Amino acid sequence: MSIKVDQLTKVYGAQKALDSISFEASKGKITGFLGPNGAGKSTTMKIATGYIGLTSGSVQVNGIDVSSQPLEVKRITGYLPEHNPLYLEMYVKEYLNFVASAYKLNSKAVKIANMIEMCGLEREQHKRIGALSKGYRQRVGLAQALIHDPEVLILDEPTSGLDPNQLVEIRKVIKEASKDKTVILSTHIMQEVEALCDKVVIINKGKIVADDAVKNLKSMKSDQVAYRVEFEENIDPLLFEAEGLQIVDMEDNRYQIHAKEDPRKAIMKVAGEHGLPLINIAKEEQSLEGVFQELTQGE
Amino acid sequence: MITILKKEINEFLDSLIAYVVIGMFLVGVGLLIWVFPETNVLDYGYASMETLFSLAPYVFMFLIPAITMKAFAEEKRGGTIELLYTLPFRDIEIVIGKFLAGFFLVIFSVLPTLIYYFTLSYLGNPVGNIDTAGIIGSYIGLILLGGIFTAIGVLSSALTGNQIVSFILAAFLCFAFYAGFDSIAAINIWSETSYIIEQVGILSHYETLSKGLIDMSDVVYFGSMIVLFLYLTRIILNVQKG
Repeated sequence: MSIKVDQLTKVYGAQKALDSISFEASKGKITGFLGPNGAGKSTTMKIATGYIGLTSGSVQVNGIDVSSQPLEVKRITGYLPEHNPLYLEMYVKEYLNFVASAYKLNSKAVKIANMIEMCGLEREQHKRIGALSKGYRQRVGLAQALIHDPEVLILDEPTSGLDPNQLVEIRKVIKEASKDKTVILSTHIMQEVEALCDKVVIINKGKIVADDAVKNLKSMKSDQVAYRVEFEENIDPLLFEAEGLQIVDMEDNRYQIHAKEDPRKAIMKVAGEHGLPLINIAKEEQSLEGVFQELTQGE
Repeated sequence: MITILKKEINEFLDSLIAYVVIGMFLVGVGLLIWVFPETNVLDYGYASMETLFSLAPYVFMFLIPAITMKAFAEEKRGGTIELLYTLPFRDIEIVIGKFLAGFFLVIFSVLPTLIYYFTLSYLGNPVGNIDTAGIIGSYIGLILLGGIFTAIGVLSSALTGNQIVSFILAAFLCFAFYAGFDSIAAINIWSETSYIIEQVGILSHYETLSKGLIDMSDVVYFGSMIVLFLYLTRIILNVQKG
């Protein structure tokens, strides 16, 4: 029970949007799908939901092939497209009713009421979607994706453009909804991956550059250690370079020091010898951002 | 399909499109038949509904593209077409649902003109002296013609993401299929083929039906034109998705 993407290739005219990518997303886990804009995240998701066709390769959702049985896949998949398109002139309940009829659900009223409660829409349930704020529209979009209790949930940037409070709430809804489902979620926000995802697939220029658990990815770049040091006044970085330390000026008398092994002793020594007003030394956490940048930049 | 049909009809009712379309059609046709001096039945002196059936196609040429212009253009602009295509609908269900919604609206705008039939039948001398068979045939023709125009409108809407382009394209195509082929056939260069060209157009079939002659071949013509345009719509939408 999972999503299995195998050698998937998509060509638009002369441009290869996806170049034979393969990965798996397993049940009960949230798979983060990362990549810079235009890397092919949305294209992959659109293919997996049966919206657009593929050039070669295959996508299987719970063992069902998307290109040969798109309707069966659509029935068990909940999808929140990028930018969350909605019928703005419809009322919240009317819209959910439309989606529920599309899935031919029984006892629609109960399911709609459940969704409204789960997505925190009680106060807005009698409004037109066009009159809702972005955060609430996003909840309507999620309610749409979840109403038929899908086995597979595909969310394309579900939290883009939300304020910090809305972000936390939407994440809570996603986390809660995803317990027994296969979830793929694309995002730009690294904290979100750390907060939500069990596994990360990073894609760049149509190719997969990383596919691993979040904690493994974070330790990927750890052949160097970095420390942040702060002084009370401007110092001469050359003093540290003489000791074989790499130092980067970060402005406001803050510096970043890179070394192969723990540089704290060397830093204290230099500071003591030259009477530098050292006020803080702190270890830089290895961030997912760093890994992401390293994997998706350059070439 | 029923789900899409319901959604579309709700949209028509919600956005006033339905009321405006039905209202405009009835006002326009009513003025032409009863009031305007060149066309009104009272001065004409015969209990005939010919005016309605010869002028209504031209009113439809503007009204129906206005009904259908947003069918797919609006979904594409708002991105909601992605929703439709990822919900478990068959492609053709979406197209037929949208077509039927427009078609029902056309039928509902034609229905009230049945009153004219009873009025004219009463005004006839002696009362009831009216060509009922011809009128039944004409109504069938008019509704089928509305069907083709709606299918053309849905197709035009699928071709573009812009409602205005969709409207103009649909109005042009409706005119071309209604009267255009006849005019082309009338050019004096075709000899025998001119009959075939005429048969492609709607007018020749519509006129036969208006005489009260319900010929299967004409009905089949209308049906197959509708199917053809809807099938083209489906193909175009699939090509656009990629």
